[in-house]
Amino acid sequence: MFITYHDGASREITIVDREVPYPDGKLIVSRTDISGVITHANQAFVEMSGYSLDELIGTNHYILRHPDMPAAAFGDLWDTIKSGKKWHGYVKNLRKDGAYYWVKATVIPNIRNGELTGYTSVRRKPSRSKVVACTLLYAQMNMDVQS
Amino acid sequence: METYTLSVSPDFAPEYLSGWFIFNTWLQKSLETPFHLEIYDDFEAQRRDIQLDKIDLIYANSYDAAMLVREKGFQAVARPAHVSDETVIAVANSSNFDSVDDLVPWCRVASTHDPDVHMMGMIMLESADLDSSNVVVTSAQTYVLVAKYLLNGDADVGFFLKDSFQDLSDLIRSQMRVLVESQIGVIHHTLLAGPKVQHLVPEMLDRLLLMQNTTKGKDVLDSMQMTGWLKMEGEDTDFMIDLIDTLME
Repeated sequence: MFITYHDGASREITIVDREVPYPDGKLIVSRTDISGVITHANQAFVEMSGYSLDELIGTNHYILRHPDMPAAAFGDLWDTIKSGKKWHGYVKNLRKDGAYYWVKATVIPNIRNGELTGYTSVRRKPSRSKVVACTLLYAQMNMDVQS
Repeated sequence: METYTLSVSPDFAPEYLSGWFIFNTWLQKSLETPFHLEIYDDFEAQRRDIQLDKIDLIYANSYDAAMLVREKGFQAVARPAHVSDETVIAVANSSNFDSVDDLVPWCRVASTHDPDVHMMGMIMLESADLDSSNVVVTSAQTYVLVAKYLLNGDADVGFFLKDSFQDLSDLIRSQMRVLVESQIGVIHHTLLAGPKVQHLVPEMLDRLLLMQNTTKGKDVLDSMQMTGWLKMEGEDTDFMIDLIDTLME
């Protein structure tokens, strides 16, 4: 399927209905510039996303966006972090191979000398009860948008 | 000449601390400046003295380091090379729990006052829908006491700094199982200079970065079970603080 992002970019993606379990004990850590372009990614990010480090650096974070994620969820994320606040949420991420993995994500704005310079994001293992609840919630949100 | 105070995070086992006494001697000779090494048994006592500005140079965990930079005007100088702080969640061998996801509300957690380890331990419990509102936390002064809580059946799980867990005696460690071990790689201790010693930072940093290249310096590093130091750039410090802010609830 083709997916189009908010900046007008689009690409063809493969969707595979297979969840890759989030490993115990790992944290995915990344940083982006103010437009969401990845500037730092740790090894856990490389392993879970299926992309190489070279592929991740310089690419917009939205390549991880799974089409099951409602646009409103990311709207809330950007509204929150642009206002200088921390955002928490549960996110279904798209891997390079088309499979997916769920995370509990936290994003904070990076302020240097009073100016916003980018964002730091940490993702960790979510509980199954939160994944089940968010799967239902996001499906409902997507249906509401279509109707 | 004023004597400055060096201190070390109280999360180290005594065998590590002997290396810090050797480091203190090396530091004084290298900088031709008197330093006194002040050792604390617990985090509360050390934090009280930090608030009273009694500590000038400190090797701190990243949680405390973030506080020292933001609230007390400390400057991050260097961090150990090829070392990161990881957390272990362990149970007694007799425990019925085989994974974190098996844990149930109101389980009993033994933890020290080590803020990094406690924070990471609690994060790793989240996947079982556990948080501070539905677990019972018992605070212990040392990791040996955390182990005792487990082995005496007074706690279901214990949080350990990985290095400290590995430093427990074989007898104690063999009676426990690891449920999960963090693999973060980006959280580490940091050497920080307080406002009174920041004029010493350029020379101190030069000496620290060269330690591994001299026989004497390498011996000192060996005694601290370290291989060398890496400079903490300003952006490294900002990243450390951002990371802690991201992880704190």
